[in-house]
Amino acid sequence: MPTRTEAPRRPPPAMAGRLARLLPSRSRGNLADQLFGILLKAFGLLLPALFVFIVLRIGREAWLAVGTFGWGFLLSSDWNPVLEEFGALPFVFGTIVSSFLALGLAVPLSVGVAIFLTELAPRWLAPPIAYATELLAAIPSVVYGLWAIFVMVPFLRSAVQEPLSERFGDAVPLFEGPAYGFSMLSGAVILSIMIIPFISAVAREVLDAVPRAQREAALALGATRWEMTWQVALPYALPGIIGGAILGLGRALGETMAITMVIGNGPEISASLFAPGYTMASVLANEFTEATGEIYLSALMEIALILFGITIVVNILAQLLVWRVGRRGE
Amino acid sequence: MQDPRPAGAAGEVIQLEARDFSFWYGTTQALEGVNLAVPKRKVTALIGPSGCGKSTFLRSVNRMNDLIPNVRHEGDLVLDGESVYRPEQDVVLLRRRVGMVFQKSNPFPKSIFDNVAYGPRVNRLVNGRAALEALVEESLRRAALWDEVRDQLGENALGLSGGQQQRLCIARALAVSPEVLLMDEPASALDPIATQKIEELIHELKSEYTIVIVTPNMQQAARVSDRTAFFYLGRLVEVGNTEEIFTAPREEQTEAYITGRFG
Ligand SMILES: Nc1ncnc2c1ncn2[C@@H]1O[C@H](COP(=O)(O)OP(=O)(O)OP(=O)(O)O)[C@@H](O)[C@H]1O
Ligand SMILES: [Mg+2]
Repeated sequence: MPTRTEAPRRPPPAMAGRLARLLPSRSRGNLADQLFGILLKAFGLLLPALFVFIVLRIGREAWLAVGTFGWGFLLSSDWNPVLEEFGALPFVFGTIVSSFLALGLAVPLSVGVAIFLTELAPRWLAPPIAYATELLAAIPSVVYGLWAIFVMVPFLRSAVQEPLSERFGDAVPLFEGPAYGFSMLSGAVILSIMIIPFISAVAREVLDAVPRAQREAALALGATRWEMTWQVALPYALPGIIGGAILGLGRALGETMAITMVIGNGPEISASLFAPGYTMASVLANEFTEATGEIYLSALMEIALILFGITIVVNILAQLLVWRVGRRGE
Repeated sequence: MQDPRPAGAAGEVIQLEARDFSFWYGTTQALEGVNLAVPKRKVTALIGPSGCGKSTFLRSVNRMNDLIPNVRHEGDLVLDGESVYRPEQDVVLLRRRVGMVFQKSNPFPKSIFDNVAYGPRVNRLVNGRAALEALVEESLRRAALWDEVRDQLGENALGLSGGQQQRLCIARALAVSPEVLLMDEPASALDPIATQKIEELIHELKSEYTIVIVTPNMQQAARVSDRTAFFYLGRLVEVGNTEEIFTAPREEQTEAYITGRFG
């Protein structure tokens, strides 16, 4: 034991020499820098390359369907793999309707949460609530789906669908038909819950970024807090909030697991919120493993391509908006 | 510290009065026992080195400081005989009576017209488009901006020059017909010509408004104000007629400050 404590504190000269060689000298540093730079460049190029590769690959796989069905693929609503009839319309319809419905539900709620947190909540309360809201984003999609199956869907069925379809079902097409529970409505609601954390986080950030001078200008003119929020803070933050909403829309369009578990997966186009629907992402997830035959697989690939295209357009729109907001701030 | 001088010549009406007013941000005391009488329809300039509490004083009058957490005050601020801090005081009404022009011009990113119309709209001061248009025009005229913007009322206010923006903010404040106008370094970001315009404006406005102006510029205080109050380290050191303060200050500190021998 004592010998160990007496061990030399300083390395012997020979060892020191070896250590020195391990330490970065000037030239070694440059070399490392260069290597690092090359590596970063490689990664930087890899990602766009991957993107192009994916598009080309899916496009090639989809080519057979594109050639066989032409525009009819987008216009037909017959989906019958056994007869080799492939029309994507119900899926496009399901994806777009469920996503926009979700957006319609999520935006007012998210903006409400953001206003509460930035304008009304006491200082000690805002951070924990904001954190909890953002934590919702960390829940895995399949867990959302399970929760929806066992809690949300039964609740929606008994509290929303049944009363509405009993009372208005005959008169209002929106509420027509039996209340299965698994429906476009359930899909839209679970999507909205899943995108609220994103939209409200963005909304909170842009509301927080409204300059104090703007708020004070309104208040100094005799505006109430409420008027200041509605007439000055919100309009100022609006472009950013729209950007956040479009990001949320992008997520809703691509969401797969949770919505597949609750939307009912029926390839039909119905005016009723209570009828089952089917989304592009869901049909891909459900039918890929069982897709036998070249044309079946190719049709699914074309759906993937369409979904990809829609989400890219939405994301570009979001980028443009965010960019415009950033420029306006200067 | 001795009492400040009584509020000037006989026959003057006191519009605003600080009585032993102290103010704290958390544990930092920003104002200490300020006694200051502001006469009606006169220009009172607040001078003093940075951090001495001039802005704090102004922002206490229209209770803008209420927005900052953990602040408290002692003593009182009395507007037309009534405490602005009395429990039944409606802050929104108070801010209508006490207008404010900020150091950095802060127009809304809306049209010139909508900027000026904001106050009248939010306070429902006028009925109908014609009355609103008349009020906007009058306010812009008073702020000496009308001739420059009459043909572009629909354009975004952010397109105006810095001096025009500041006059727009003055017009916006005037549109709600306040009794008191608080100006916190309204010309500090402006070039000499724009500054001169603002000073002329202040001169014209004082026939109708009680003006309290903070200025870092001693010549400006001397040019525009009737009375001058010198603040130092949160205390009101001296207040008197501007001429007296600048020619024959009673306090050593005041003289040191105005002659630039301050250290
Ligand atoms: N929001 C705030 N929170 C905490 N302390 C503050 C706040 N605003 C001002 N203070 C402090 O109060 C004191 C007075 O500040 P005030 O802004 O009133 O000074 P001022 O005379 O207007 O200075 P300047 O000429 O630089 O504008 C300063 O010490 C400042 O640090
Ligand atoms: Mg100040």
